[in-house]
Amino acid sequence: MARYILKRFIYMIFTLFTVITITFFMMHSVPGDPFSLSRETPPEVRRNLEVKYGLDKPLIDQYFIYIKKIISGDFGISMKYKGQSVIGKVKTAMPNSAVVGFGGVFIGCIIGILLGILAALNRGRGFDYLVIIIAIVGVSVPSFVIGSLLQYFFGIKLNLFPVAGWNGLVYMILPIMAASFQNVAFYARMLRANMLDVINKDYIYTAMSKGLNKREIIRRHVLRNSMLPLVTSLGPMCAGILMGNFVIERIFNIPGIGQAFIVAIQNSDYTMIMGLTTIFSAITIFMYFVVDILYGFIDPRIRIYI
Amino acid sequence: MNKIKLTEDLFIYESIKEEAEKISRPSFTYWQDAFRRFKANKLVVGAFILLLIMIFLAVVVPIFSRYNYHQQDFNCINKWPSWEHFFGTDDLGRDLFVRCWEGARVSLFIGIMAAFINGGLGIIYGGLSGFLGGTIDMIMMRFVEIIISIPQLLWIILLILIMKPGIWPIIIAISATGWVQTARIFRGQVLQIRETEYVMASKIFRASNLWIIYKHLLPNAISPILINLTFIIPSAIFAEAFLSYIGLGLPLPMASWGNLAAGGASVIFIYPYQLFSPALLISITMLSFNIIGDGLRDAFDPKFRI
Repeated sequence: MARYILKRFIYMIFTLFTVITITFFMMHSVPGDPFSLSRETPPEVRRNLEVKYGLDKPLIDQYFIYIKKIISGDFGISMKYKGQSVIGKVKTAMPNSAVVGFGGVFIGCIIGILLGILAALNRGRGFDYLVIIIAIVGVSVPSFVIGSLLQYFFGIKLNLFPVAGWNGLVYMILPIMAASFQNVAFYARMLRANMLDVINKDYIYTAMSKGLNKREIIRRHVLRNSMLPLVTSLGPMCAGILMGNFVIERIFNIPGIGQAFIVAIQNSDYTMIMGLTTIFSAITIFMYFVVDILYGFIDPRIRIYI
Repeated sequence: MNKIKLTEDLFIYESIKEEAEKISRPSFTYWQDAFRRFKANKLVVGAFILLLIMIFLAVVVPIFSRYNYHQQDFNCINKWPSWEHFFGTDDLGRDLFVRCWEGARVSLFIGIMAAFINGGLGIIYGGLSGFLGGTIDMIMMRFVEIIISIPQLLWIILLILIMKPGIWPIIIAISATGWVQTARIFRGQVLQIRETEYVMASKIFRASNLWIIYKHLLPNAISPILINLTFIIPSAIFAEAFLSYIGLGLPLPMASWGNLAAGGASVIFIYPYQLFSPALLISITMLSFNIIGDGLRDAFDPKFRI
């Protein structure tokens, strides 16, 4: 096990390094720069700015400086907003993203899993079709449509919740509803498929032929085994929670990370884009790593192969 | 060891009972069977017809309409839907009905092209990786893992920043990240099928590699790929919409469902109909593709048969 963890860890570091390298060289091949966006910049000012951000050095040198800085935890400062460091931005924005993301996943997960279980148990009957329809509609309607519709009906027509903004609990309800909608669809669909898969397994037949109580079979054998693949989705999901939801944050004007990223793109704020991309990728890669290890602990079938 | 000579008289022939060996049901090939199941699913056929109608309208409407997609009319700005303008007009007096179907051309083109490129690249890469095996397979899969671990939307955004928005840059950006999933699936199929008894039997009869690929590998591996592709199309359409939404979509006055919906979403509180029609078309299309994808999976995969 320790060897396996070490191996995955080395892979993780290698992947992270490659991603940083790719991002760095991609960002530096983007035509134009943030200084050329603002009206006329005198050449001397431009020169000074380039010196300040280290853009006057050869690309390779810049690359090594960047890597060194990242290792020491410095992701640079914004090219657009004075004194705004990437890390500072992440610190202020991430909690907001996390609230919406976690709320959406939590509610979506619970409702979705329940629907999925009930659908699989009532296979081929009316309720099953209802869940299938909910699931397909849920993944088919883009989140900006759902967000806008929620704003229109609950915000404007019914006047129940504030339309947009971020100022306390009432402002969180609509974004969380919008975020949970797709999770409901995703989990319902996944759990239904998993359960149908597990129900046909040999060990279920064994349990049935032993004469076990049907409820017990479902609780102890079917459910446990069909929840297992959920762990795999945990990694990208957690990363998604922290990274925020670009679309929903934009619609509801939430000062989260997704919003920060979009603003950075619109400003061509390269250090910010690069820093955020690196942090996003690092979180995702780390989550994949954790899930891989977790899976080894949870599922004894995988442990054999390690 | 004594050699026993096998002579004809050592064997007693069992008389073959003609009746018992007769195949009483009509025999179907794999594809016929899949097609039969596909046809029997009313919902899927409905979705398929709906898609054909959409494609037909996308081709026909921009040709035969009185208006064209970039023609502005300042005498009827922001008009609600009427017999003059089925979907109303936008803030420049452009007819939204024509723009929606012009947008359908662009969005469907992006989706279908992305699926083709993804499929092609994924099959070649995954097939090679699975077929060659060993160290090459390991290196090729490491590379895939690196690409997968960067969040897909970030990849797309970075690539679009480098290439500048346009139809082909969007297709390329979506394909550059999407093919890894197809490659993974196809490689898995190749590895699985390579070990099956029927391939071994084929090898015992000294079948060539090409024969095995053509006769066994492709027919058996193609169904997961096909299913994957039907899910790539809606996700490409969604990615385009997402890019428009964050301001990296197609430049105006070009129309796509993405930039129509983004335009509509910005005025939803005053003119909700401007979001409604493109959103409806996107949702219907995504729904159709998702239903077809599910239907294909049910048709090909015996596990999901009721």
